[in-house]
Amino acid sequence: MDFALTPDQEAFRDELRTWLSENLTGEFRSLRGGVGGPEAVAGRRRWQRRLHEAGYIGVSWPREYGGRGASLMEEMIVNAELATARAPETINVIGLYMAGPTIIAHGTPAQKTRYLAPLLSADEIWCQGFSEPNSGSDLASLRTRAELVGDEFLVNGQKVWTTVGHVAKWCLLLTRTESDAESRHGGLTYLIVDMEAPGVEVRPLRQMTGDAEFNEIYFTDVRVPRENLLGEIGGGWRVAITTLLHERASLGVGLQIRTRIGLDELFTLVRSDDQRADPLLRQKLAQLYIEVEAMRLNGYRGITRLLRGEAPGPEGSINKLMWSEVNQRLTETAMEVLGPRALLADDRASAGGGWSYAFLRARANSIEGGTSEVLRNILAERVLGLPKSR
Amino acid sequence: MDFAFNDEQELLRSQAHDYLDRVCPTRRVRELMETEAGWNAAMYGEMAELGWTAIPFAEEDAGLGLGMVDMTVVLEELGRHVTPSPFHSTVCFAGMTVRASGDSPLRRELLAGIAGGSRRATVALLEASGRWDASGVQLRAERKGDAYLLSGEKLYVPDAQAADWMIVAARTEDGTHDGVTLLVVDRSAPGVEVTPVPAMDQTQRLHRVGFDHVEVDAAAVLGSPGHGFSVLRRGLDAALVAISAELCGVAERAMEMSVDYAKTRRQFGRPIGTYQAVSHKCADMLIQVESAKSLTYHAAWAHDAGVPEAPLAASMAKAYASDAARNVTALAIQVHGGIGFTWEHDAHLYFKRAKWGELTYGDARLHRERVAQLLEL
Repeated sequence: MDFALTPDQEAFRDELRTWLSENLTGEFRSLRGGVGGPEAVAGRRRWQRRLHEAGYIGVSWPREYGGRGASLMEEMIVNAELATARAPETINVIGLYMAGPTIIAHGTPAQKTRYLAPLLSADEIWCQGFSEPNSGSDLASLRTRAELVGDEFLVNGQKVWTTVGHVAKWCLLLTRTESDAESRHGGLTYLIVDMEAPGVEVRPLRQMTGDAEFNEIYFTDVRVPRENLLGEIGGGWRVAITTLLHERASLGVGLQIRTRIGLDELFTLVRSDDQRADPLLRQKLAQLYIEVEAMRLNGYRGITRLLRGEAPGPEGSINKLMWSEVNQRLTETAMEVLGPRALLADDRASAGGGWSYAFLRARANSIEGGTSEVLRNILAERVLGLPKSR
Repeated sequence: MDFAFNDEQELLRSQAHDYLDRVCPTRRVRELMETEAGWNAAMYGEMAELGWTAIPFAEEDAGLGLGMVDMTVVLEELGRHVTPSPFHSTVCFAGMTVRASGDSPLRRELLAGIAGGSRRATVALLEASGRWDASGVQLRAERKGDAYLLSGEKLYVPDAQAADWMIVAARTEDGTHDGVTLLVVDRSAPGVEVTPVPAMDQTQRLHRVGFDHVEVDAAAVLGSPGHGFSVLRRGLDAALVAISAELCGVAERAMEMSVDYAKTRRQFGRPIGTYQAVSHKCADMLIQVESAKSLTYHAAWAHDAGVPEAPLAASMAKAYASDAARNVTALAIQVHGGIGFTWEHDAHLYFKRAKWGELTYGDARLHRERVAQLLEL
């Protein structure tokens, strides 16, 4: 057991810190939170490009696919340092953490050559077309149809909750090719769809914060070349599982650090407001701090497993669950501290410091990326081995 | 970075697991609970032979030169087996307090006895206020020539009847942060009266210890006079990690019992584990068990590495593990239903042991406040 970095890892971190002090400047300093409008999207694209040129994108990806070829430790160091430095998020989160690993695992050599390089450089942004209005937690019930006609799939249907759908070039689309397959999972097919193709329509979906981070996508007779098939016809579920595993694993790393930053900001608020003497508040803040630390350490245990070549443990699902509850409690505590100031509308630009926005946004945390109920099912069934509930 | 136990530690864990499975099943725990002494000297001797009493002490102190990380694997097993033994009070609190004191003939004598397993020791700290800090130490020791005179009483002293030595925290100077002197008193010294006090957790033995003009030689002062609490604080910080590790074992075993039961117990024609009202409770147990482990293992590492945040890590682990063990063992009773409330079922052994661990060395509330202080809130 050792929590220290090796001298090489320390050197790597120090080099990155120096790089950040020279490059995380100007417009990149003010890019924070949410997907944002066209300017923010362009800024985040430029930020990813700059990181990519310096070798800080795809850190743990193999060199042959344009990555750095380093280990998960270096990847973790980069994520931690970027968050600590309050760097903006890269634009191609779904590309980097879901599309890339899925293509590396299931793609043809031609697909790897075609898609990975522009994904890393943020020349092409990716979105994910999984959820549908009637298929949320029960993803395998999805109904978007793909029909093979000659050398093309003809796609019809609707997807929802698609982040960055309005600026994406490619969509990871999970479709149904056979409705009468023996198992519901058996009739699914995974396609890569060009968002610029005729018949693709993107509509922003306004959420309870007032923002539109997500989109609905409508597919009407969209033609998708057969070469855009990922995996096999009818083998889409296996490919989708790869995407979802990576979604949770990547969420785990970034979320803890962002929550820690949120907590630091809450501590600052409490200190500047001089509410430190309140014993009940002290209890809540200490508890939040302890749970955020538990998430960090759970994540370390998970990474240790992967570095040792073992199968992923339960840490990803545990941390996703903890994060949603901690972040909701954290923002609720901030509202208590703010008192009447918390009653003001969207306060990101005002003295409120973004807390009322964060408070509203946090309600999605226990739904997005796997609801807390689904995650508890996963822990109960796949980790504890309890019988299936359905 | 490597957040896992090494091969030797895994071997130690499986040895401890096998040994306790064999000599300390809950049937044996129940037998010991009913005895007056509450522990078994032969079992203690075997633990010493296995090297457990020597784990956290340096080789020059008659120890194995290992640390709290190694100790953690044994303590988790002791918690899993709700083992009744003066092991914790002797090695983890008294022993680690002695270890934290400066070199002296007394220190060497105590460590040789504790690490070798031939002697047992306890710390007499608490008084009527129930406070774990220096201000709770009100029992006065008056200096008289080459000796101290002790008169008064200590409460909730663990394993006092089993102990050869008692480390008595006594007030020799006014003050709230220290002014405490640690006196090593023979349990059989004239004027020492040890009275057992029945404990809710019958795997533990608590005592009231009266001191009636007990004369303690000045050579029996551990550390320096008036600065005893700073030594005790370091012993306590090690004991926090130790008790957190025991709580991890208690909670993990209670979770396993619940999961096994939920798989086999049938109601309405199917295993109760198919109901999410039950299975989600089990998932919540897992979250708390795993997080308690992460915090505890890290605190053990921080203790051994001597990093500045070690006290913070210890209090974080204790706060979280205290809540986790209480919650998980309570959920275990609920998942078991009526049978879980019977004396015959083991669920109450774990629930009570969790309460012992939660309230010993300060509960979650106390340690959250300490975390807030250490974070300069």
